[in-house]
Amino acid sequence: MTATAERPAAEVGKDRRRKEDQRLVTGRTRWTDNLTLPGMVHLAMVRSPFAHAKISSIDASAAKSAPNVVGVFTGADFGDELGVCINAWPITPEQVTPNHSPMPADRVAFAGEIVAVVVARTAAEARDAAELVDVEYDELPAALDLKEAANDTVLSHPDSGTNKSALWVFDSGEAGTGGDVEQAITKARADGIVIEREYRQQRLIPAFMEPRSVVVDPTGEQLTMWSATQIPHILRFALAATTGVPESKIRVIAPDVGGGFGGKLQATPEEWIAWAVARRIQKPVKYTETRSESLQSAHHGRDQWQKLTLAATKDGTVTGFKVDLLADLGAYVAIVGGGVPVLGAFMFNAIYKFPSYRFSCQTVLTNKAWTDAYRGAGRPEATYAVERIMDELAAEVGADPLEIREKNWIPHEEFPFTTVAGLTYDSGNYEAATAKAKAMFDYDALRAEQKKRRDAGDPVQLGIGISTFTEMCGLAPSRVLGTLDYGAGGWEHASVRMLATGKVEVVTGTSAHGQGHETAFSQIVADRLGVPFEDVEILHGDTQVSHKGLDTYGSRSLTVGGEALVRAADKVIEKAKPIAAHLLEANVDDVEFSAGTFSVKGTDQGKTIQEIALSTFAAHDYPEGIEPNIDAESTYDPVNFSFPHGTHLCAMEVDTETGQTTMRKYVACDDIGTIINPLIVSGQVHGGLVQGIAQALWEEAVYDDSGTLVSGSFVDYLLPTAADTISFDIDHTTSPSTTNSLGTKGVGEAGTIASTPAVVNAIVDAVRHRGVTDILMPCTPERVWKAINSSGPGGSTEAAAMPHFDTEEPGTSSTEGAGA
Amino acid sequence: MTQISLTVDGTQVTDDVEPRMLLVQYLREKLGKTGTVIGCDTSNCGACTVHLDGRSVKSCNVLAVQADGHEVTTIEGLATDGQLHPVQEAFRECHGLQCGFCTPGMIMQSVDLLNENPHPTEQEVRLGLEGNLCRCTGYHNIVKSVLYAAEHAGQDEKAGAR
Ligand code: FES
Ligand code: FES
Repeated sequence: MTATAERPAAEVGKDRRRKEDQRLVTGRTRWTDNLTLPGMVHLAMVRSPFAHAKISSIDASAAKSAPNVVGVFTGADFGDELGVCINAWPITPEQVTPNHSPMPADRVAFAGEIVAVVVARTAAEARDAAELVDVEYDELPAALDLKEAANDTVLSHPDSGTNKSALWVFDSGEAGTGGDVEQAITKARADGIVIEREYRQQRLIPAFMEPRSVVVDPTGEQLTMWSATQIPHILRFALAATTGVPESKIRVIAPDVGGGFGGKLQATPEEWIAWAVARRIQKPVKYTETRSESLQSAHHGRDQWQKLTLAATKDGTVTGFKVDLLADLGAYVAIVGGGVPVLGAFMFNAIYKFPSYRFSCQTVLTNKAWTDAYRGAGRPEATYAVERIMDELAAEVGADPLEIREKNWIPHEEFPFTTVAGLTYDSGNYEAATAKAKAMFDYDALRAEQKKRRDAGDPVQLGIGISTFTEMCGLAPSRVLGTLDYGAGGWEHASVRMLATGKVEVVTGTSAHGQGHETAFSQIVADRLGVPFEDVEILHGDTQVSHKGLDTYGSRSLTVGGEALVRAADKVIEKAKPIAAHLLEANVDDVEFSAGTFSVKGTDQGKTIQEIALSTFAAHDYPEGIEPNIDAESTYDPVNFSFPHGTHLCAMEVDTETGQTTMRKYVACDDIGTIINPLIVSGQVHGGLVQGIAQALWEEAVYDDSGTLVSGSFVDYLLPTAADTISFDIDHTTSPSTTNSLGTKGVGEAGTIASTPAVVNAIVDAVRHRGVTDILMPCTPERVWKAINSSGPGGSTEAAAMPHFDTEEPGTSSTEGAGA
Repeated sequence: MTQISLTVDGTQVTDDVEPRMLLVQYLREKLGKTGTVIGCDTSNCGACTVHLDGRSVKSCNVLAVQADGHEVTTIEGLATDGQLHPVQEAFRECHGLQCGFCTPGMIMQSVDLLNENPHPTEQEVRLGLEGNLCRCTGYHNIVKSVLYAAEHAGQDEKAGAR
């Protein structure tokens, strides 16, 4: 730490209005689809209607002679020139990873896969001509249901010989981080409690509002790609690695990007095809997907079956937790792919002191759209499982679910705490967050009302749902990623440039797409350097400006990217100090920096950092032996993840006669460490909450039994609207992270991770007295009604809780409709 | 091709368009009014919302030829003399946007909503924005923005003016 440590924090913590907004509220925007370049032509994709088929022939003659068509290309026309879509995280050395051509020439593996591309002068003409491309398919049987696919009855890729991609196991007994879970279960079967459940994480679609779009301009010395992506730096690397263009000849720009949520963390076939076409025809090209194409072929998220076994003593002290996952990869192993469920492996033990733990995950290939990161990526699944099953344990013991949690959680005085999954949680205070959430919620009063309604037999019952979540974010310590066989590191880069006029240019390797980095990062740098907030400019998202970076995902931008900023700014001060001392004619050891000014101890002499910047620029007078430059950069590799946590409480009313559910109240008290900008944090929490709530109540990607996505438009894929949602009560407790200078933790995914189990726990709590122990997500009125009415007291609900893991149980198919 | 003449953000324009061209395509592709965006192909998202003779419409649901002889206002024509419209100001003030992709449509719809009902309740705002999807904000701060605009326009009754 430098002398800046005691400088007053003027900006950090302030609810600054966002710098980004003036442009965005007036429509001065740079979405990729807004770009028009001279001579630009447009692409339309021809996509397979079949989930699995051989391509027997493609006749493009009619399309080629359609008005203003420039060309039609197939996979065969390009061959290796097309490159491949990469998997950056083979989770085991033996992982089965089918080759993923952006446009296969021989066989399609999911409905929506691209088989040809039409190039025309306008997008409308390209789409018209795409209709004229005549493709003959030889249909193959498709592997659709996840559980069936795991049995290899039908092969999604016949050449692989199996649908099983990889089996990833963590065992606390073997790792030496805890005991043997089988022993704990055996003991609990004899004299304790064993809870067995199977939960379904339905398939979801990220559904960012801006459809993906890509423009490629091959007319300069560098080939330039603009893309609606979260990961310009990773794209540049992957293009170089797979298409043979030297990295130094590639420039990737993510201009304004309209949301991502993990959905734009991908190297997509569309980008690779646009790249190949532009190189072939030597003209700028543009492709913008339709919403239907986006829903059908941009990657999906979640899609797991979770078999859980929880062992506990009679009083509800957990002794072991065993987790067996089946995870649907879809047709290909995507860029993170099987790494997504593996990210959950470290979080099933959550905030609890479980003495033994075992996690296994079998990833499976099917003939559906590929799956990959979606907000939370692995941690929502883990949190859902553990927070649902802790409620089941409470019901079994007959205790309040908050008491059961408290009995098992890590008390605040035990931090730092090394968990049974081997992570070290640096800070946290579950007691404080829970106490505050309870007060905000008026927990006792709502419990009293619940009892009253229950006693009165009110047709509308009240349920209270709890989620005391934690998560790991700030991806990630590079060495940890190395041990997990991830293909890259997790550092982040920043540079701070002092301009001659006193303005500050900050370059970050993160790539914002709605998070407000321009504002929050300006606040950090303004404080650090003692310059006005308005004078700081944040540059990002263009590999020629920001040459080094690992982009934005996994709630990493502030905890990793922000720390890089801090370190770069501190280096600027250190570099400026000898120049200041020289100009002040003082010994460098006597020079102090505070609030933007270098001063000589015990005098009133001083020079501002802007003055130093100007005289460094002029370079007329500076010390011998150093360069006239105070700009600095930093590449920061985090030493640990960050572990935000919080207590979320949700009150749901359930009409037992219709199955209708209504959210009455939602309280979130999150501990995300130091808050840079409370306004931006509130937005991240609200938006996250609604995405998690939407998984609980509305959203599901549904395939029919021929492998066609039924929920292929916004008519069928139910994104919540303003009319479906409520306003939230949010607040914070603060245990600063001890692993970065600012004490920050991630917040981008917390709301989504926490809210899904809170909602489902509330619904189940409302009708538990009717014998309901589980309801499949999304908890539609029909499912809720069926759960209430098809179960005797204590009986299991439709397709849901299956204590004996009977895989033949009807209604367990993952392709089942939302209303089933 | 059909010739159309209309006023867009206060400027008179005349063009030959294909009869099938949507108003949103006309705005974006012919006029370069890229502030108005396209988020779906089923008229569900509302990202393309503009005003046609002062009332909100989804411009992906209107043919360019239907706008012939009419007046269109887009997000780009809402601010006057460099002054944000009170609803634009409210979205900025209340953090009613994140990525900003839904924002042009949200703001245009909110202006229309406040023109119709200058003092809405929270529930009325929520119902009035039902045709506009946002994936980032969870709506909380959007609703707050609209209520803020209503409240702060109280003095001159012009939250939704224009
Ligand atoms: S673009 Fe979605 S409603 Fe118009
Ligand atoms: S602000 Fe991103 S979709 Fe609304």
